[in-house]
Amino acid sequence: MEDIITLDYGSGGKKSSRLIEKLILPRLFNPALGALGDGAIVEGGERLAFSTDSFVVDPLFFPGGDIGKLAVCGTVNDLCMCGAEPRYLSCSLIIEEGFSLASLEKIIDSMAAQCEKARVQVITGDTKVVEKGRGDGIYINTAGIGFMKYPGLSPKNIREGDSVIVSGSVGDHGTAVMLSRSGMMQGDISSDCASLRELTERMFLVSGKIRALRDPTRGGLATTLNEFIEGGELGIELEEELIPVRPQVRAACEMLGLDPLYCANEGKLLAVAAPEDTEKLLEAMRQTPEGKDAVLIGRVTREHPGTLTIKTALGGRRILQKLTGAQLPRIC
Amino acid sequence: MLWNKGQRDRLLGEIGTRAQKPMKLMEVCGSHTMAIAKSGIKSLMPENVSLLSGPGCPVCVTPAEDIDRILALAMEPGLTIASYGDMLRVPGSVPGDSLQRRRALGARVEVVYSAMDALELAAAAPEREVLFLAVGFETTAPGTAAAVLEARERGIRNFSIFSLLKSVEPALRSLIAREDFNIQGFICPGHVASIIGEQGFRFIPEEYGLPGVIAGFEPEEILLAICRLTGQLARGEARLENCYKRAVRPEGNPLARAVMDSCLQLRRDSWRGLGEIENSGFKLREEFADFDGERKFPVEVELRSDCAVCRCGDVICGRIRPEDCPMFGGGCTPEDPLGPCMVSSEGACAAEYKYRGL
Repeated sequence: MEDIITLDYGSGGKKSSRLIEKLILPRLFNPALGALGDGAIVEGGERLAFSTDSFVVDPLFFPGGDIGKLAVCGTVNDLCMCGAEPRYLSCSLIIEEGFSLASLEKIIDSMAAQCEKARVQVITGDTKVVEKGRGDGIYINTAGIGFMKYPGLSPKNIREGDSVIVSGSVGDHGTAVMLSRSGMMQGDISSDCASLRELTERMFLVSGKIRALRDPTRGGLATTLNEFIEGGELGIELEEELIPVRPQVRAACEMLGLDPLYCANEGKLLAVAAPEDTEKLLEAMRQTPEGKDAVLIGRVTREHPGTLTIKTALGGRRILQKLTGAQLPRIC
Repeated sequence: MLWNKGQRDRLLGEIGTRAQKPMKLMEVCGSHTMAIAKSGIKSLMPENVSLLSGPGCPVCVTPAEDIDRILALAMEPGLTIASYGDMLRVPGSVPGDSLQRRRALGARVEVVYSAMDALELAAAAPEREVLFLAVGFETTAPGTAAAVLEARERGIRNFSIFSLLKSVEPALRSLIAREDFNIQGFICPGHVASIIGEQGFRFIPEEYGLPGVIAGFEPEEILLAICRLTGQLARGEARLENCYKRAVRPEGNPLARAVMDSCLQLRRDSWRGLGEIENSGFKLREEFADFDGERKFPVEVELRSDCAVCRCGDVICGRIRPEDCPMFGGGCTPEDPLGPCMVSSEGACAAEYKYRGL
């Protein structure tokens, strides 16, 4: 490892994994943490899922959302991906001296609206203020507890022939944030930030054969699917033409030198499920606003173990790797 | 997609029929490199057709000594480096040292999309000096020149450029003149051609007897260019064809060239892999000395040779494929790069690594 932290360590890609595996896990290891899921499942009177996430987005307000909406939806979605019903959140605010109260109000209002929608409550919290110049306006950490409703979700359960499903178009959030950061014309590109509770509840009702769920946030679809199969005996084959990318997102990505398959999403999920349940799942997903564009994008295969491959629109085939560091805009 | 599957298959069929002998084709544009890798074109080529990347990635052709100078400058107090994102992870002669690392150590480095963005940074922060790293070929040179002209017009004095701008033609001539040159045709860069025109690439067939096809950036447009090149080679012809007429005129863009000429002039410059080439780089003209970062912030660095095991120079010249470099994917990865080709978003090694075929 290098001797200092660079931005790449926060990208959700290979460097982030290395930091977790080399520095954090050896020191804080226990089986619940070692599973490296979106949240941990703990034993007690009731089976609980527990998850935490910190939000440091720039800009704080972007088309389609703000840091408050992200902070609630992010943790709620992580709990949903564990097969849990999200119930309680904690909220910790780290605010920079000089931050506008009106902005703070807007952020908290936005959190409240999302809590109501996702049927969760913030039941504990903390506020710290740091000196001017020591923070970026506001950072938010939320942790969440949910009650387990659908146990057994794990990439370990993926089998040959399983379907790979995405709940809608990919790349919207990452592109929207990049565009507003660059001050370029936004067009009608906005973040997909949304709670996925209703979507997962419907999925859990219609199928008992969902193997794994994950929300493709940092690192995007390609990185998340790599995590499903990493080091195992199975691979995944995607069809480029089946993966929904909105034309305006595709165009903006071309211009910015980004790849939509590696851009963050904040209101999408990837599911691997038994082939016989695919249609049922898609139908149930499409009845929710968050899943209306759900579609089958690929299959689990025994060929190319541990490798994510994609058949391009042109008919060529290539490997899709994990993201290696933050995506950087290019020259021309 | 511009075309239907039937048309694509027909093109592929024609390429297969025409390639009765080995044909090595070279693209000299980073955007082509990425488009070829991303669309999986190499996996569709018949055995006889190999595609190699030339000196078309502007970050990759920047020699390590220039990166070292930039890294040294980055630590100057009061100085903000404004750069395209591509440059951030490029290592200098010491592996691991990059603008990204310097930023984590306290350097002010801002990612911008254009020279104009850098100028606006300077306008918004008059107490700081903003140094724009001008990287690129004839594609980004006019935009850089326009920003300098505007800086003078608006009287923005805290803005300067560090010119790494280069010209495509002298590099291609130098490459073709090498003894070990073994390429049968060029996929000519559509973006550069939109500025310098078809006329800027005529020398390839006329002086060197090699076919050239100016190509667009959709996968089908690249396939079409490959098809035309194989056709010329099969018939024993050498012509310049323009398959990107919607953007490239015979005379190019005279207005953009005039802007460029008004503030930039050619100089002898150093290229990674190709060495020193006469009249191959752009510097600011004398009357724009106030905006010349090299004069404003002179910096001496120890002249170190490029990293000994890194073979980016050979990759850039098409002497080896990225995967032929012994460090590829092992000692050199996008996370821990030894050379620029692995980290520039247009680099041949980055493309090969990220979009590896099966």
